[in-house]
Amino acid sequence: MIQIKNVYKSFGNLEVLKGINCYIAPREVVCVIGPSGSGKSTLLRCINQLETVQSGDILIDGQDITHPSIDINLIRQQVGMVFQLFNLFPHKTTLENITLAPSKILKISADEAHERAMTLLRKVGLVDKANVYPNQLSGGQKQRVAIARALAMQPKVMLFDEPTSALDPEMVGEVLEVMKDLAHEGMTMVVVTHEMGFAREVGHRVLFMDEGVIVEEGTPAQIFDNPTNPRTQSFLSKVL
Amino acid sequence: MTQVIPCTFGFNIIQSLLEIHGFKVVAGNFPSFMVGALITLELTALAVAFGMVLGLVFGLLKMANQFKPTYWLATLYIDFFRGTPLFVQILLLYFGVLPIFGEIGAFTSAVIACSLNSGAYIAEIVRAGIQAIDKGQMEAGRSLGMNYRQTMWYIILPQAYKVVIPPLINEFIAMLKDTSLVSIISVSELTLRGKLIYASSYEPAWVWGTVAIIYFIMTKLLAIFGDYMERRLATE
Repeated sequence: MIQIKNVYKSFGNLEVLKGINCYIAPREVVCVIGPSGSGKSTLLRCINQLETVQSGDILIDGQDITHPSIDINLIRQQVGMVFQLFNLFPHKTTLENITLAPSKILKISADEAHERAMTLLRKVGLVDKANVYPNQLSGGQKQRVAIARALAMQPKVMLFDEPTSALDPEMVGEVLEVMKDLAHEGMTMVVVTHEMGFAREVGHRVLFMDEGVIVEEGTPAQIFDNPTNPRTQSFLSKVL
Repeated sequence: MTQVIPCTFGFNIIQSLLEIHGFKVVAGNFPSFMVGALITLELTALAVAFGMVLGLVFGLLKMANQFKPTYWLATLYIDFFRGTPLFVQILLLYFGVLPIFGEIGAFTSAVIACSLNSGAYIAEIVRAGIQAIDKGQMEAGRSLGMNYRQTMWYIILPQAYKVVIPPLINEFIAMLKDTSLVSIISVSELTLRGKLIYASSYEPAWVWGTVAIIYFIMTKLLAIFGDYMERRLATE
């Protein structure tokens, strides 16, 4: 599904990704953990080209998306993204946030867009908030709308960039619940997270990143119970 | 006799005012002042309207890639019209540039000069307004698969317009006052009319005082409108 080959990325003189290689299979849920500044979010943002890479290839369904001839907008329609700070459109209602992209890009009818949005709102449990503006929603509700918004494009992959890091603790659960449902439906997901419980329970595979490289990867059981690399051990001993 | 005094009192004031030469001049030329004020308003409204279109276009161009020629075009335009006096621009266009394109009237020429000038300032207002919007908004739009233009149009600009209303009203007020400069190319707006009435009456305090008051009333009304808009946007 997603193949990342020898990806390097730097911001000025700061090298953030130093040769990343990994493969994400269809229907797989991959959690990326690691200390802040390790390049997790940058890696995720490279997958939908919000950041361009210096060298290396990123293939989605066999297409190299770093190639200049590729229409990145078409690729992004298939790759949903959920941000740490939600980034809902404040001037649009919950419903409009969800219907905007499908009706403007996919050119589906207003009725169909509405239907699709309501189905998704039912899924994330926010039907009653369809006509309110984002500033009237709690953080957890905002993030659930953001997930519904991304899903409205019917993507093949969902990227989550620390989706619960900006939430009050009591709201983390409702968002993780939605993500868990999504995982059980078979959505391919890449989740950058500090929620070790979620990674262990929902993740099929865990990548531990530090200083721009994937230090260790394996099943949640391997990583959390028997980490072999000293850096992984030291990180986990601090967060668990 | 004593009961009549209140009745004649008001009449007496007008009567005694009419004996003042300056007041007679102002009262007699009142329609002319009003027509001048209308022309000033018309000129300002046209200049700011065209200025907004120019400002939006050049503001967006200036935000685009720095290696594109359009960026340099926008920069050149903004730098020139902000970096030279409007007075000089009016003269240059009317006497120097526009005659190349045929016979263009003073009013049209004035509208063109003021629009180009206003556009340069509004371009910077637009740019500041867009930059005030959180960059996560652009990322969210792009991540859904919308292109730059769609994201700008549906997501960024509808939010930016609230930010630009106060500086835009400011620009409107500044332009209204600056249109007085076009009197140099004989557009018969408020200031030129003041000049002519003053020349025939030699009542500087009365004539220029009246002109000042009319300008003040117009800018004050604009400011009140601006406050109203701001309040309305705040509650939205």
